[in-house]
Order: sequence, then structure tokens, then C-alpha cells
Amino acid sequence: MEIPMIYYVVVSTIMFFAGVYGFVTRKNLLAILISLELMLNAVDINFVVFNRYLFPGQLEGFFFTLFAVAIAAAETAIAIAIIINIYRNIKNIKVDNLDKMKY
Amino acid sequence: MEIFNYSFIILLLPMLMFVTLGLCGHKMSHRTAGMLGTSGLFIITVLAYIVAAQYFTMPRIDGVFATVTPYNFTWLQFTESLIIKLGILLDPISVMMLVVITTVSLMVHIYSLGYMHGETGFQRYYAFLSLFTFSMLGLVVATNIFQMYIFWELVGASSYLLIGFYYTKQSAVAASKKAFIVTRFADLGFLIGILLLSFFTKTFDFETLTNGSVSLIDTAAGKSFLGISAASWAMALIFMGGAGKSAMFPLHIWLPDAMEGPTPVSALIHAATMVVAGVYLVARLFPVYVIQTPDVLMFITVIGAITALYAAIVACVQTDIKRVLAFSTISQIAFMIVALGVCTSMELDHEGHGGLGYMASMFHLFTHAMFKALLFLGAGAIIHAVHSNEMSAMGGLRKYMPITHITFLIACLAIAGIPPFSGFFSKDEILAAAFDKSAFWGIWMSLVAGLTAFYMFRLYFNIFWGKEAHHEHTPHEAPKTMTIPLLFLAVVTCFAGFIPFGNFVTPTGLSYDIHLNWTVAGTSIAIAIIGIALATWLYMKPNDKPTRMADSMRSLHTWAYHRFYFDEIYLFVTHKIIFRYICAPIAWFDRHIIDGTMNLMATATQWASYHIRGLQSGRLQSYAVVFLFGALLVAFIVLCCM
Amino acid sequence: MEQVAGQIIFFLLSAVIVICSILAVTSRRILRAATYLLFVLFATAGFYFQLDYHFLGAVQITIYAGGIVVLFVFAILLTSKLGEKSDKISSTKRGWGLLAAISGAALCLYTLCTHDFFPSQYAAGGEWDMKAIGHMLMGMDKYQYLLPFEAISVLLLACIIGGIMIARKR
Repeated sequence: MEIPMIYYVVVSTIMFFAGVYGFVTRKNLLAILISLELMLNAVDINFVVFNRYLFPGQLEGFFFTLFAVAIAAAETAIAIAIIINIYRNIKNIKVDNLDKMKY
Repeated sequence: MEIFNYSFIILLLPMLMFVTLGLCGHKMSHRTAGMLGTSGLFIITVLAYIVAAQYFTMPRIDGVFATVTPYNFTWLQFTESLIIKLGILLDPISVMMLVVITTVSLMVHIYSLGYMHGETGFQRYYAFLSLFTFSMLGLVVATNIFQMYIFWELVGASSYLLIGFYYTKQSAVAASKKAFIVTRFADLGFLIGILLLSFFTKTFDFETLTNGSVSLIDTAAGKSFLGISAASWAMALIFMGGAGKSAMFPLHIWLPDAMEGPTPVSALIHAATMVVAGVYLVARLFPVYVIQTPDVLMFITVIGAITALYAAIVACVQTDIKRVLAFSTISQIAFMIVALGVCTSMELDHEGHGGLGYMASMFHLFTHAMFKALLFLGAGAIIHAVHSNEMSAMGGLRKYMPITHITFLIACLAIAGIPPFSGFFSKDEILAAAFDKSAFWGIWMSLVAGLTAFYMFRLYFNIFWGKEAHHEHTPHEAPKTMTIPLLFLAVVTCFAGFIPFGNFVTPTGLSYDIHLNWTVAGTSIAIAIIGIALATWLYMKPNDKPTRMADSMRSLHTWAYHRFYFDEIYLFVTHKIIFRYICAPIAWFDRHIIDGTMNLMATATQWASYHIRGLQSGRLQSYAVVFLFGALLVAFIVLCCM
Repeated sequence: MEQVAGQIIFFLLSAVIVICSILAVTSRRILRAATYLLFVLFATAGFYFQLDYHFLGAVQITIYAGGIVVLFVFAILLTSKLGEKSDKISSTKRGWGLLAAISGAALCLYTLCTHDFFPSQYAAGGEWDMKAIGHMLMGMDKYQYLLPFEAISVLLLACIIGGIMIARKR
């Protein structure tokens, strides 16, 4: 027994809430997307760690992570496409300026 | 009875015509629409004649024509006893009405091809005519009083539509509203009457009501209101509905105004068919009236007699020819009502004559429909020729319009009661029935008959004789489509009197041979001739006698000319009393309290939403924060509970 | 000895992850934030390697570090000038963000620390070979993943089409 499982989990928790902080505070759409990636990554770590430590004979967490990575890639690609489109229309990518439908 | 299975087509076809013309009419040419409507009605007329022929050639059972109900299905069933049915009831009077309605309607359809030629809304006109025919046929074949009420309202609605046919004309709109509101008001009484009647007898069915199996007197025994028994109230209120439709005093005010509609419509609806619905209603429930509530029958007689005299007097001084005819219609319908009212029993045979009035009334309904339709259609032809309703614009038209002249004269002779025209026979029976009841009613009605002869010939002479008015262009005879119906109706008017009507329609159903009571007949002929002679003396040649006569009875003339100020009384009552002291406070309450409550709610909502709209900011990040805190809160609560 | 080395590497990676993820969300230069994200992703790949999921680590590096971050960098370069600093975050906003993050982290950590997990069955060196992974990915039996695999492929196709549709010039 080398590194207790809880260490990994604590690290991923910190990473996740760093992502939350960024998601709530940042104005730049790309920065928000970066925060989102952090959160996703933290979850991936949790899957892998639980898989390794609690069910080493199976691969559920492994495949979840694998698919999550694929989905994250797809999601990022689409999100960036949207962001670039927004940039084209309003010449910047700050959330505050996306107020066409806002009060 | 299976042989009448086709009778539903009589109802279905005009309905289909209405739907077709109403929905697709604007796509058709005038000619197509008119021909479609007319040919549809022609088929219905033929069917109605076949029904009549088959019905009256059926073998009699115990000397009586059996009542046939080819169709009667349950439409609405609320409770065990509260069942509303729809069906077709054939008995002598409904079959007779089928013939009358389809004949007059067909004539009007043909006539309108010429009269309405080129009018905008021609297709709409035919659609409405079909709707009216449908409703009226449904009314007469109703198997129960509720079905009758449904169609009763339908004829009211189609009458409204047709009176207001020229809806761009202010007066037509006002007239249609007036007709609708007055008849609706009367129908309120009708509905209450229906409810009372069916509450006590537990049935809507005409057959059950009239064959003596339920007795209103027994079931409503002991119940009274304002000293009048519930049975009388029920029957009187039902008559109120009939009085509204048949323009009986004091609910007659809508009929003269209804002349704003196209003239063929006046002929069909406001002379021959719809306005006799009240008479038909009383005839339908005749056994109930005559056996169980003779007091109401007395009341009906009084109303009818007053109306007859009143309308006849007013008709003597009107100058608008359609209004003269309208008042004449009111007066003639009042004749029928009186005839029903003076009946004392169901018996009609060589021993007892208590039910003579019933037969006379139906007979007069039949003949009147024909000659009054003829008069209206003739008037239409005249208006068509001179483009005016006023007598002063006419005069001396006999040279220009020979066919109209002859047919109009025949109709005038018929309505005046000169043998051998149809009006004489039916009116004579009515007078005989009135004399049977008491000499007072007999003399009263004879006086009205004299007045009838007078005002009809005043009209006739003013139109066709007298001083020739200046015409913009020479009047010409109406086109063939208009004269053919005139000629047909004139022929019917000449010979309808010889129909042995007593063989077909009597209160008990037993055959009865009409025999003229020459005392009565002689009197009535004499009175009619006096009336005609007076009119001839006054109006045949242009002179100043009418003016002098009017001057000598100045106040009566003015009062009659203004129809005894009934419209003004109504206006006073509604505007000055009801509107001011009842409606105005209600309107205030509605505007300030009811609307105020609603407005308050709206304002409060608006105020609240204005102040909380910041929550719905659209900022994704603030949503995320709120969501996160919510999730944390839930997690926290779960943790605490564990 | 090997254990100690593993622990040292773990702590190094953890430090990189914690520091870089915090820097990634606080840096006012967006390109730097992307770079810190790259470090975080690399460190995460390190975790995977340490946990003997070598294939996953490789995937992490190729897709995340190699693909996504490059996308980010392109997007950043397209949408902002070099050296541009983002506006300062207002203190209320920062306060709410911190409150949310810290309270959430506290709640999660408390839960994790007090929760009794299954007894750990860690088996060092239990690496799965590629053949087994491939069979599981393509198999149709229980605990095999052909259906999600195909679903992902359809998703990716949809993304390609969607990306083109959204980004193309009109």
C-alpha cells in the first residue's frame, strides 16, 4: 500500500472547485471553457482512482474516462466553434456583452 | 311508418344547401348559386307534396289520420325522465305546414332569382333562405316541445340574418336587432313555460302531452302564483313565446321594422311562415289549452282581438306599402289566434261546434300564407319597378304592370273576403267560430274584417289607380322569374278555398264537412263590400276626400299614423327607466368593481414582476452560483439527516 | 525505494495540479491560463501512468494535451491580442465565487474523509494489456463496450458536421 486513495481524491476535489471558481468568476468565454475542462478532468481522475483502488478487476471507470475524454474533445470543438462565431458577430467574447436576450 | 322513411331528406337537403352555399357560395356565380338553391328547394317541395299525398291517402283509423313519427331518436339523455329527442312528427297540421312552407319558399326562391338579380351577397342570400327553410321545416315536424324550441331559435336567427341582409344600411341593422331582441325576450317566457310544463308533466313529447295521458291540471294541482294556477302560468308563458314570434300585441313592434329586409324575405318569413309559428304552437298544444286551461285560451282571445283591431286601424293610415302589408299580416295572424281562442271544446261535428275555430284557424293559416305571400311578392314587383316603398311614388300603375295588377287584385279580394277567393272561406269560418262563442267577438271580428277590406283596397287603389305619380323612367312589368310565382300563387289563391279542409284538419281528426253559415257569410260579404266601396269612393279618383276625412279625425289619424306611439313607449321604458335606473348602476358596478378587481390583480402582478425580474437576469454565471448553492444546501441537509 | 520514488512523484504531480489549476482560473492572461491547463492535463496523465493505466495516460496526452489545448490556443489567438489582460474581477463576484468554491470543497472533503470506502484492493502492476482493452471495447458481451463506442462515433460525426455548420462563414 503506497499512496492512500484519499490523496488522489483530495487533489481532484481541489481541482474541481478551482474549476467551479473559474466558471463563476471569469468573463472570457474561453476561460470559462478552460474551467469547465478542469472540472471534467477532476471527475475523470475520480473515476480512474475508484476503479483502480476499489474494483481493480474491472474496467468500468477506465472506459468511462475514455469516453469522457472523447466527449470532452467533441464538446470543446463545438464550443470553440460557437465562441468563434460569437466573436465574428460582436467582436469580443465576454459573457457580459452577450446581452441580446437579457434584462 | 316505413313509407315515410325518406322524410328526413326534407330536413337534410336544405341544411346541405345552406352549408354548401354558405361555405362555397362565394366561389360560385350568382346564377349557379341561385339555381342550386332553387332546384334543391324544388326537390324538397316535391317530396313534401309526396308526403302530403301519401299521408292524406292513408286509410283512416277510427275516422282519424294516425300520427306518424318516422324518426324519433334520443339526442340528449340527462336523467331517466329528462330526455331530449329529435325526430319527425307527421300529423295533419304538420303535413299541411310542410306543404305551405315548401310552396311559399319555392315561389320566393324563384322570385328572388329576378328580384335579387345582381345584388351583392346573392349567394349569401340563398344560403340564408335555405337555412330558414331548414329551421322552419324542423320547427313544424318537431316531435317534442324542446326540439321545437331549438328550431324556434333557429328561425329567429335566420330571420335576424335576413332582415339585416343589407347590413350596410343603418336602419336594417337596427331592425334586425329589434326583431331579434323582442323575439328573444318573448322566447324567455317560452322557455320558462316549457320548463314549467315539462316539470309538471315530466315530458316534452307533444304526443304524450296532447293525447290526454298526462293531465297538467292534475300534476300541477294546488300550485299557484299571484293567484293564478301554475298550469295557467305555464301555458300563458308558452303563448308569450308564440306571441313574440307572431307579433301579437304588445310584442308586435318588431314586425313593421322587419320590412327592412328584402321583400321576398318579408313574403316568406314575415308573412307566410315564421310569423305563423305562434299560431302553429298554440294549435300544436291545442288539446292542452282547450281542455286544461280554458282561462288562458280566453286571454289569448283577448290579446288576439286587440291586436287584430289595433293593427287594422294602423294599417289604414300607413303610407309605406310594405308597412301596410306588415300591419295587415299582424291583423290576419290575430284572426287565426282569435279563432283558436274562441274554441270551447275539441268537438267538431254536426252536434258540437266548439272546435270549429281550430279548423278555421288552420284553414286561414293556409290560405293567408298563399295570398299574403302573393301580396308581398306583388309589392316587391312594384317596388322593383318604381324604386320606392311610398304610396306617393306610385299611382296609376295598372297600365304598366298588368300581371302584377291582376294578381294583386286577386289577393286583395281574397284577403277582403270576397267569394269565391280563398280568403272568404277561411275568414268566414273564423267569423262563424267567433259568433259561436259570443256575439261580441263575432261583431268585433266582423268590424276588423271590414277594416281589412278597406285598407287593402286603399292600398290597391293608391298603387294602381289614383293620381299618376311622376316617374323617373317608365315603370315596366317585372321579369318572368318574378311573374311566374305571382301567377302561380294567384291561381292557388283563387282555388284554395274549395279544398275540403275539414276533411283533413280538425281538432279531433274526424272528418267534418264545411258548410257555409249564410247569415254569417252574408254579413261578412256585406261588410267587405262596404269597406271596398268606401275605399273606392275615397281613393279611386284623385280627390281631397281622404285629406278632409283625416282632418276631421285629426287626433285619431295622428295616433294611428304613429302606431299609437308604441315604439315610443318601449323606448321610454327601456331607455328612460330600465337603462337609467337598472343598467347604469350595473354598468357602473361592472366597470368599477368587477373590472377594478381584475385591474388590481393585473397591476399587482405587474408591480411584483417588475421588482423581481432581476432574478431572471439571463446571466448564466449567476444561475450557476444559485444552482451550486442549491445543490450544496441539499447535500448539506442530506448529510445532516444521515 | 521504489515506493518512496512513487510517493515523491505523486506529491510533485499533486502540487503541479493544485497550483496550476488555481493559476489557470486566476490568471488574467488567457494564453497563460491555457498553458496552466496544459500542465494540469499533463500532471493528470502522470496520475494515470502512476495508476498503471498507461493507455489512458497516452490518450489523455494525445487528445487533451495534444488536441484540445491546441484548439484552445488557436481560438485564443484568433479572439484576443497577445499580452491582453482581462478586466479585473469585481470583488462581489470574486466573493461569491470563493464562497461557492470553498464551501463546496469543504463539504466534499468532509464527506470524503468521513466516508468508509470499501477496503482497498490495490494491486500494483495490474496493468491491462492492449489486447484485453481492445476486446472489451469491441465486444458485445457483458462489461463490453461496443454500443457506447458506436454512440461516441456517431456523436463525433455529429460534432464534425455541427462544427462546420456553426463556424462556416455566411
